[in-house]
Amino acid sequence: MSTPTRVEPARKQKVRRIGPRARAERREAIVLVLPALLPIIIFSVVPLVSGVALGFTDATLARNADVSFIGFGNFIALLGDERFWASFGIGLIWAAAVALLTLVSAMGLALLLNSDLRLKGFTRVLALIPWAMPPVVIAIVWRMIYNPNSGPLNAALESVGIPGVNWLGDFRTALPAVIIVGVWAGMPQTTVLLLAGMQSIPPEQHEAAAVDGAGSIRRFWHVTLPALRSVIIAVTILDFIWQFNSFGLVYVLTEGGPGGRTMIPPLFTYLEAFRNREIGYASAMGDVLVIAIMVILSVYLVHQFRQAKEARR
Amino acid sequence: MTAETTPMPAVGDSTRTIVMGKDTARRPEKRRKMSGTKALQYAALSVYLFFLGFPLLWLLSASFKSSQELNSLSANLIPQEWVFTNYENALARQNLLMSAGNSLIVAISTTVITLLLSMPMAYALARLQGRLRAAGTVWILASQVFPAILIIIPLFLVMRTLHLNDTLFGLTLVYVTFTMPFTLWMLQGYIAAIPRDLEEAGEMDGAGRWRVLRSIVFPLLRPGLVATAMFTFVSAWNEFFLALVLIQSPELYTLPITLRSFLGAEGQTQLGPLAAGAVLATIPSLIIFSILQKKLTGGMLAGAVKG
Repeated sequence: MSTPTRVEPARKQKVRRIGPRARAERREAIVLVLPALLPIIIFSVVPLVSGVALGFTDATLARNADVSFIGFGNFIALLGDERFWASFGIGLIWAAAVALLTLVSAMGLALLLNSDLRLKGFTRVLALIPWAMPPVVIAIVWRMIYNPNSGPLNAALESVGIPGVNWLGDFRTALPAVIIVGVWAGMPQTTVLLLAGMQSIPPEQHEAAAVDGAGSIRRFWHVTLPALRSVIIAVTILDFIWQFNSFGLVYVLTEGGPGGRTMIPPLFTYLEAFRNREIGYASAMGDVLVIAIMVILSVYLVHQFRQAKEARR
Repeated sequence: MTAETTPMPAVGDSTRTIVMGKDTARRPEKRRKMSGTKALQYAALSVYLFFLGFPLLWLLSASFKSSQELNSLSANLIPQEWVFTNYENALARQNLLMSAGNSLIVAISTTVITLLLSMPMAYALARLQGRLRAAGTVWILASQVFPAILIIIPLFLVMRTLHLNDTLFGLTLVYVTFTMPFTLWMLQGYIAAIPRDLEEAGEMDGAGRWRVLRSIVFPLLRPGLVATAMFTFVSAWNEFFLALVLIQSPELYTLPITLRSFLGAEGQTQLGPLAAGAVLATIPSLIIFSILQKKLTGGMLAGAVKG
């Protein structure tokens, strides 16, 4: 991360020295960038800006309807909307649980893959498969597993005398069941990133600790974990945000049910926009979600910035 | 013995393996004491193997089971009677094949257009300096954390205005836009890894920028391009949310949308053909991922480290 800042000053001097060529380079840059920039502006920047703005209107999906600005009206209504805040809370639980459980289980798997065990190559390939699977297929598979009448989970439970559970249909088990699927789907990426981090730890550090008589647990605690600190924090924050924004998995698994117990915010917003056709109100919800994410991100960035400052001292 | 413990490809360098080799060779007396730990490690590994592998095996086995067996409560992984009609039934459903075709068209055109558009920009990001580069990087990162739900509502309106909603072409353009942050990130990493001296040598010999790009940069970029193309294909093939919102006509459904529509109301679902269709929908992505397996970490890290 620190390498680019070291290179940058040298390059800038070079530009200043060649003067007119820099101007030619800028023109060239525009030509290079323009083809990619056009779709980005039309399909990403324009929607983004108008999405933020839509939150301040009473727009509906109906064609040719009169749209008027209503200021903070949507947001004031949102403040008192208990269903939205319930959904917001479910979203926080879902994202935090998936991010943390994924971190813990991926850490374990990465440690195993980083030690010299047999079957490692096989496990590595297997561990990547959930990453390749379409989210819809993942949800279909787990619906089969959780199926109360024909799923292997209940079959196994009943064979040892425990009554079956309607995993995705029961108020108490629906959210945990969905979280497990989120962990299953998210583990590959996190494992790969943690494994890459582990392999960039200089082996000398482990050697030195081993010479000092540190066992594998203490080496994990005092060598691996501190070295992985920044990777762990970055991966977990990203995971949290991705899960907080995710849609497909839960939509296909439960559609937010039973009784809204798995109604994560993107799903709630989607239904408000495309089923109730209240796109102004739904956009206001989107704005609130963006603010929530920006708060989380800025906490992380301030933390990073402070660390970088300390490191420079 | 440690020679087999090759680090994750393209991440660790070969010198590290040699150092690690010394590491274990130095304390052979510890080997026997470790065997208890080893047993624990294998136990943990098998728990992971079960957790990760079981859902896949279950899907595969369900696709070969008879409907009676699928509707009974049993945890048998091996079908009591092997049935192949699930695949026939799945393929016989007109809309499954048609949506597979739609998915293929969208995924291939997304890949081609994305690469054509992002190659020049990735080059600019990797080679040119200053504010443009900083702005590009910030946008790439920001796009990773923005909730798609906020963009999809106005995007739906934009598409409706441009008469592009409910068309495969419109869906493709949206996919291009949304995969570009990732392809740019990967590609600029690969480009930054190509020594600049090579290009400068080409310029010295009097070749113009485009000539340099065509005969020096692109050939060296080919492995990176292939990996990026595969990634783009898989993400377009697997995508669900944008297609759900932007496509309304059943004859334009992509594969994930059709599979989801097969779920239907609880109880009416024909599990066998559904499982068979799910297996078929996964095969292209699986093939590509197994080819990509080694590049997976390499590409992402090339972007991260050299960025």
